[in-house]
Amino acid sequence: MIPSLPRPLWLRIATGVFVAAFLVFLFLPLVTVAAFAFNDAPYPAPPWQGFTLDWFTGNDAEGRTGLFKDEELMGSILTSLLVAAWVTLLSVVVGTTNAFLMERMRFRGQGLLSLLMLVPLVIPGVILGISILAFASRVADLLGDVFGWEAEFLRPGLPLVVLGQVSFLIAIATLTISARLKRFDRTLEEAAYNLGASRPAVLATITLPYLRPALIGSAAIVFLMSFQDFNTTLMLVGADSPLTVMMYGRMRDGATPVLNAVSVFLMVASTAIALLLMRGDDRRRT
Amino acid sequence: MTAVDLEAKSLLKRFGSHVAVDSLSFAVTRGSFFSILGPSGCGKTTLLRMIAGFIGPDSGDIEIGGRSMQGVPPNRRPVNMVFQQLALFPMMSVGENVAYGLARRGVGRAEREAKVAAMLERVGLPGAAGKRTDELSGGQRQRVAIARSLVLEPTLLLLDEPLGALDLKLRERMKIELKQLQAAFGTTFVYITHDQSEALVLSDQVAVMNAGRFEQVGSPQALYYSPATPFVAGFVGANNRIEGRVSALHGALADVTTPEGWVVRAQIQAAPDGRRPSVGDAATAFVRPEVAVLGRTAADLDRPTIAPGDEAAPVHEGVVESLLFDGANSAVLLREARSRAEFRVALPQTGRYADLKVDERVLFTFAPERAVCFATGGGGTGGGHG
Amino acid sequence: MAEVGSKTTRLLLLGLLLAPALVWLVGVILLPHLDLALLSFRERIGPGEFSWSLAQYRTFFAEPLYWDVFVRTAVISVIATGLTLLIAFPIAWTIAKLTRGRVSALLFAVCLIPFWVSETVRTLGWMILLRETGVLPAVLVSLGITDTPVEMLYRDATILVGLVYTSLLFMVVPLYSSLESLDDSLIEAAYDLGGSGWTVLRTVVIPHAAPGITAGCIVVFMLTLGNYLTASLLGGKNSLWFTEQIYTQFITRFNWEQGAAFGFLLLALSSLMVWLGLRLSGQKFADVMSRT
Repeated sequence: MIPSLPRPLWLRIATGVFVAAFLVFLFLPLVTVAAFAFNDAPYPAPPWQGFTLDWFTGNDAEGRTGLFKDEELMGSILTSLLVAAWVTLLSVVVGTTNAFLMERMRFRGQGLLSLLMLVPLVIPGVILGISILAFASRVADLLGDVFGWEAEFLRPGLPLVVLGQVSFLIAIATLTISARLKRFDRTLEEAAYNLGASRPAVLATITLPYLRPALIGSAAIVFLMSFQDFNTTLMLVGADSPLTVMMYGRMRDGATPVLNAVSVFLMVASTAIALLLMRGDDRRRT
Repeated sequence: MTAVDLEAKSLLKRFGSHVAVDSLSFAVTRGSFFSILGPSGCGKTTLLRMIAGFIGPDSGDIEIGGRSMQGVPPNRRPVNMVFQQLALFPMMSVGENVAYGLARRGVGRAEREAKVAAMLERVGLPGAAGKRTDELSGGQRQRVAIARSLVLEPTLLLLDEPLGALDLKLRERMKIELKQLQAAFGTTFVYITHDQSEALVLSDQVAVMNAGRFEQVGSPQALYYSPATPFVAGFVGANNRIEGRVSALHGALADVTTPEGWVVRAQIQAAPDGRRPSVGDAATAFVRPEVAVLGRTAADLDRPTIAPGDEAAPVHEGVVESLLFDGANSAVLLREARSRAEFRVALPQTGRYADLKVDERVLFTFAPERAVCFATGGGGTGGGHG
Repeated sequence: MAEVGSKTTRLLLLGLLLAPALVWLVGVILLPHLDLALLSFRERIGPGEFSWSLAQYRTFFAEPLYWDVFVRTAVISVIATGLTLLIAFPIAWTIAKLTRGRVSALLFAVCLIPFWVSETVRTLGWMILLRETGVLPAVLVSLGITDTPVEMLYRDATILVGLVYTSLLFMVVPLYSSLESLDDSLIEAAYDLGGSGWTVLRTVVIPHAAPGITAGCIVVFMLTLGNYLTASLLGGKNSLWFTEQIYTQFITRFNWEQGAAFGFLLLALSSLMVWLGLRLSGQKFADVMSRT
């Protein structure tokens, strides 16, 4: 079972085969998607017709719209980035205040509140989406009836998408940041205070720098999850579609390899972010 | 009159119904090394945190450098603290740690760097400013923590058991270093510890604290040789404790007889309220292991060298229970023949009696003037073998 | 720093920290779900006129299609969760116990990589692989296993593959962290005391990993039950997944009352399974969630 105990040969071989098969299973779809981004054919399907960059740069002669020329797709990437930026900002800020609230304050009902903070994680995204959609519409109707205001931001659209994603991503940010704050040695704050720092200075020079890895880490996770979110977003989109919803629509209709090109772009971007984060981790450690 | 850096006036702190610090008043003179020694839970940490300002007293006042600290927050007190786990800032270099307080005071970068370099030099860490704190050894971290505080030139440096986390060898070395640092800087140190050896080695004055009060404040020698209370006698240094009743008085000496009839003669110590034991009172006698002398026969107990007075010291009889070899601190654990009470006697450095066997019968004696006894009827408690 | 700062400043600080939490939990979670509940108990009886009724829930039980899709979604989700656990456990074990240092870290990182890429991309990959004109059918033909390309999409098995694939990460991570904390010497001791591989697994490993297993299963079940993308793309136009019914009612038919009722039924099912999972494994919700 473990290396220090005798393992029969067949078990060792079986384990190796299983892990190898697992890795193939894991990477097969990604490799396929990436490969067909460079196939010189109008549809992402075999056989292999030769290498081309048409699906990135476009080729007017063959009527191929490349990723960089596809304004709709490029626009949806920008929309996704915009949404993710807002969601990240809101989630990390509220996650941080929540972490301080749960770790540093003592009040009645705290246990209930901390339990409530986990609930959004076990509500299916589709339901978060429809409940926010329905409630926002009701509030918008109410504002319209009572005050005559047109609360356009409460109708399906990007503000609602942000709200929908934030509803569960705050929970994730809160968990990550709280976990680090819990491990914080509070005598460090006392020491800083004792060395003459004011309370805001203690926060700025000791506590927040300590939380930095958790803040960056949760920001990265939240950004990524926002960028990838589909279920909640689908229920709340208006005219501007974020990338996932746009891709979904095209996939249903049978799309050209330009979707593969977008996917390659996403893979490269995610890998770059991951590497950057890991480098940051390493630098802090050495 | 010598200048006083720290003065506590009827300091009182309660946590619920528990009195952590009980109407404490004391003064610490400028430039001295003052230790507060006590078991865990005696209130010494609470006292230290009140001096630092992390906890406010329920009543009473603290004056530091002649100024009342009422309503002064920790960051405005002329007091710095070396924490138990040192609390070096892990995300900062050694230099940034030492410069932290200066930066908070708005000292300019150039001046800051000069001061940090000079301070690191003084604590024996020249050129360490660029290092990270986890690259340092335990002893070096210790010095950084002290440097970080002393660079601010505080009136008072508080040290909260800073040697507790170190291993034995390093602790011995750091004791010496701490004493030398204090002598070199001349800053008033207030040091709390539960380790009596640290307190005795380091301090000019030691306050033995128990249950929120000071049992005795004095020089290490005074605590050791003339403990004021049974608690101090039991807590400071090793001591044999014999409980019984006073059966006879001989001037400054008293005979304490155990229920089994073992008679021990010892010097009477007046209680803090001046009360002295009279015949029939409950009493406790304390005899230090190094005060007693062993012998196989009565002739071995060369009385004139034992008893400073003219009176002959009583001879006791015991059975060897076990030999406790510990180099220079070796001792033999006896059972007194009559009472079966445990009694510890230090073995002479000459190596004599190293051949004692378990169950062997031996004689022992001690000068009554070098043992102490207290009336304990309703009096102090605590102690035991320190 | 207890006791420093006056009572008023502490109350002010508490209020400031409490405000965003309450806005979030009450404004974005609690009230919308209450509103959804109200909505589901409403029936439209005329233009702009509504009355309280159980009609939406009655429709659900009366119409076999809805009920069938609901049960089907639940059953496939349970199967997918079980399969994910079976596949993820040996992998987590390999990373936590069979490999050391860099190899272990690398393997773990490799397992995470696919999940840095969106589910849309991964599903696109499966579509290209499995559809009639796709890669695998072509491979099967060239190997002589089938005469003509077979359509591998739009089958229940395909949905299962997609769901398991999407869920693996959420199972491997909690399993790994709970297995990693298991002291090797416990396993050695169990062996030493005469336990066989199976009994050690049953009496030492699984009890220790129970919180991780529970956490993984709860999250995976919740995610598969609420999945939309994989189910609808790999399952085809009539994949009959319950979230699709909700979408249809809410967005396509604009029948919010019916959609709300469906949403609540799904939420009830998901909560029931979470509760069952916690009961069966004897775990606490907070402990389990903090592991995911």
